[in-house]
Amino acid sequence: MLSEALHKKFDQLIARYPLKRSAMVPLLLYAQDEVGCVSEEVIAEVARRVDVRPIEVIEVIGYYSMLRRKPLGKYNFQVCTNISCMLRGADDVFEHCSNKLGIKHKQTTADGRFSLEEVECLGACCGAPAMQVNYDFYENLTPAKIDEVINEYKKK
Amino acid sequence: MPGYNNPMGNSPLEVKVISKRFGLPDSTSLKTYVENEGYEALKKALAMTPDDVINVVKNSGLRGRGGAGFNTGMKWSFVPKQSAKPKYVVCNADESEPGTCKDRPLMEYDPHQLIEGIIIAGHAIQSHQGFIYVRGEYRYLLDIVDRALSEAYSGGYLGKNILGSGFDFDICTHTGAGAYECGEETALLNSLEGLRGYPRIKPPFPAVVGLYGGPTVINNVETLSNVPHIILKGAEWYAQLGSPKNGGTRLFCLSGHINRPGIYELPMGFPLRRMIEEIGGGVRGGKKLKAVIPGGSSCPVLLANEIDVNMDYDSVAKIGSMLGSGGVVIMDEDTCMVKVMGRIMHFYAHESCGWCIPCREGTSWLNYMIKRFHGGGALPDDADTALDVSYNILGKTLCPLGDAAAMPAISILKKFRGEFDEHLKLGSCPYEKKAVSVA
Ligand SMILES: Cc1cc2nc3c(=O)[nH]c(=O)nc-3n(C[C@H](O)[C@H](O)[C@H](O)COP(=O)(O)O)c2cc1C
Ligand code: SF4
Ligand code: FES
Repeated sequence: MLSEALHKKFDQLIARYPLKRSAMVPLLLYAQDEVGCVSEEVIAEVARRVDVRPIEVIEVIGYYSMLRRKPLGKYNFQVCTNISCMLRGADDVFEHCSNKLGIKHKQTTADGRFSLEEVECLGACCGAPAMQVNYDFYENLTPAKIDEVINEYKKK
Repeated sequence: MPGYNNPMGNSPLEVKVISKRFGLPDSTSLKTYVENEGYEALKKALAMTPDDVINVVKNSGLRGRGGAGFNTGMKWSFVPKQSAKPKYVVCNADESEPGTCKDRPLMEYDPHQLIEGIIIAGHAIQSHQGFIYVRGEYRYLLDIVDRALSEAYSGGYLGKNILGSGFDFDICTHTGAGAYECGEETALLNSLEGLRGYPRIKPPFPAVVGLYGGPTVINNVETLSNVPHIILKGAEWYAQLGSPKNGGTRLFCLSGHINRPGIYELPMGFPLRRMIEEIGGGVRGGKKLKAVIPGGSSCPVLLANEIDVNMDYDSVAKIGSMLGSGGVVIMDEDTCMVKVMGRIMHFYAHESCGWCIPCREGTSWLNYMIKRFHGGGALPDDADTALDVSYNILGKTLCPLGDAAAMPAISILKKFRGEFDEHLKLGSCPYEKKAVSVA
């Protein structure tokens, strides 16, 4: 069941565009934020809302790297390893996260709380090395800072 | 607080135009904006004819800050005056070029400046609807810009009959969901129409047939943020800030092995050597400079002896590279250029939309070959083959992403051939032990 608030958000988003279909990706992303992934229910509802067949929604989902059909951990650690971050030790940042969380690239912890991913440039190159946990940015990372961030999320 | 730690640089050599309000208290609010010249340019522009607005922008020498550097006023002038279909202004806030992080502070600290620029562009091409396409990862910025938009509506700067001028204009934001290719203007239009982000064949150009088939102007966040200042202070004032045919200032993002990484607003044409040495405080740890990417990962790399260049579009093009998106990446003497190339090819292979074969296959093969090379598994012909593959991508693809992968590849294979040979001879990476990192 999608929440009342999400249905309202859908109404607002669809009203923005001259063509309903334009709202598809935003609807999918906001629904994913609530549900944890683009579930079958989300696909059916978004298709209904923007007047396309479910297969057309599935086709679009496959293109966008942030959209996923299976849930990830509650807190998704996305470590940038692109050029500016790589030059400032991103490989070590990734390894440190991997050791601390006990998972590798694209894995999720058994309790479903944490996932880890190596990602492309996040637009934080001047604060390299950088990562995002869900939508929050963490920059100028050091091992101590990473430990702090991980502990913060472990307490949540 | 997460999301609010964006590293702006600070140097007495900066010339602050679009970043001048960044430090003000509550800088995202309408109140602060209006108290600091905000929306004055809009008033002035609405009293001018659309043609006059276009001419001022054209004469200012403002060139697109998204990468290609096309004259902005000229681009606006290609939009037909009469059109059966509605016209649109689309702001490209997809910022995903590795090394580039300048559109972020423009939205984070001064969203009204961008909104004002978009409204003025709307008036110039007589459009009534604008969209801001923000990359999905920048969710907190979407919230900041949405808040600013609703304040602008309340203040009468958006909506019907703006400031009593009779001009109507609406703007809304749109979130992407992770795809570098959606920054390419025609892929962005498809994405905005709810499709996969595949590019469109040009011509027709978006200025004639764009969003929903209507004439569309697409400009970068930084480009549009400059517009209010140009209208307010004039084309000549703006032009003389920079170098000939390269008006104004630009946000340069200094990253990599530099002492003071950060985003700095400098006059167009500022010398690269001074940027590295005086602005960035030189190479970290007193090391020697090896290479510089002058404008994001799509640009050919420069050698340490090529940094006596003025950072404007024409001067950088003259030495075989590009000013690109303003991402200046510094690499020290211990950097392995084979690894650098491998990481860049990994990116393009991941982001290739797969529509055309030279890009889809070429980037994947380069990624595979160069990684194997770096790991010690090189074959004697690999460097030559990689160069051959790169030339078979260059100029042979539907959209410029193919070239964006081929150009840095060719430059690294040619300028650092010795490092490839060394890997081949040793059967391993000669730099792995030397390289140090902070983490
Ligand atoms: C693969 C690719 C990615 C691009 N990404 C961006 C981007 O993230 N932001 C941007 O403003 N321009 C990007 N561009 C350039 C746009 O296609 C377009 O030229 C630009 O938005 C025009 O605005 P401007 O004239 O103000 O620079 C990209 C181009 C290509 C080929
Ligand atoms: S060049 Fe690459 S990104 Fe562009 S259309 Fe071809 S496959 Fe897609
Ligand atoms: S390269 Fe890591 S944030 Fe840009």
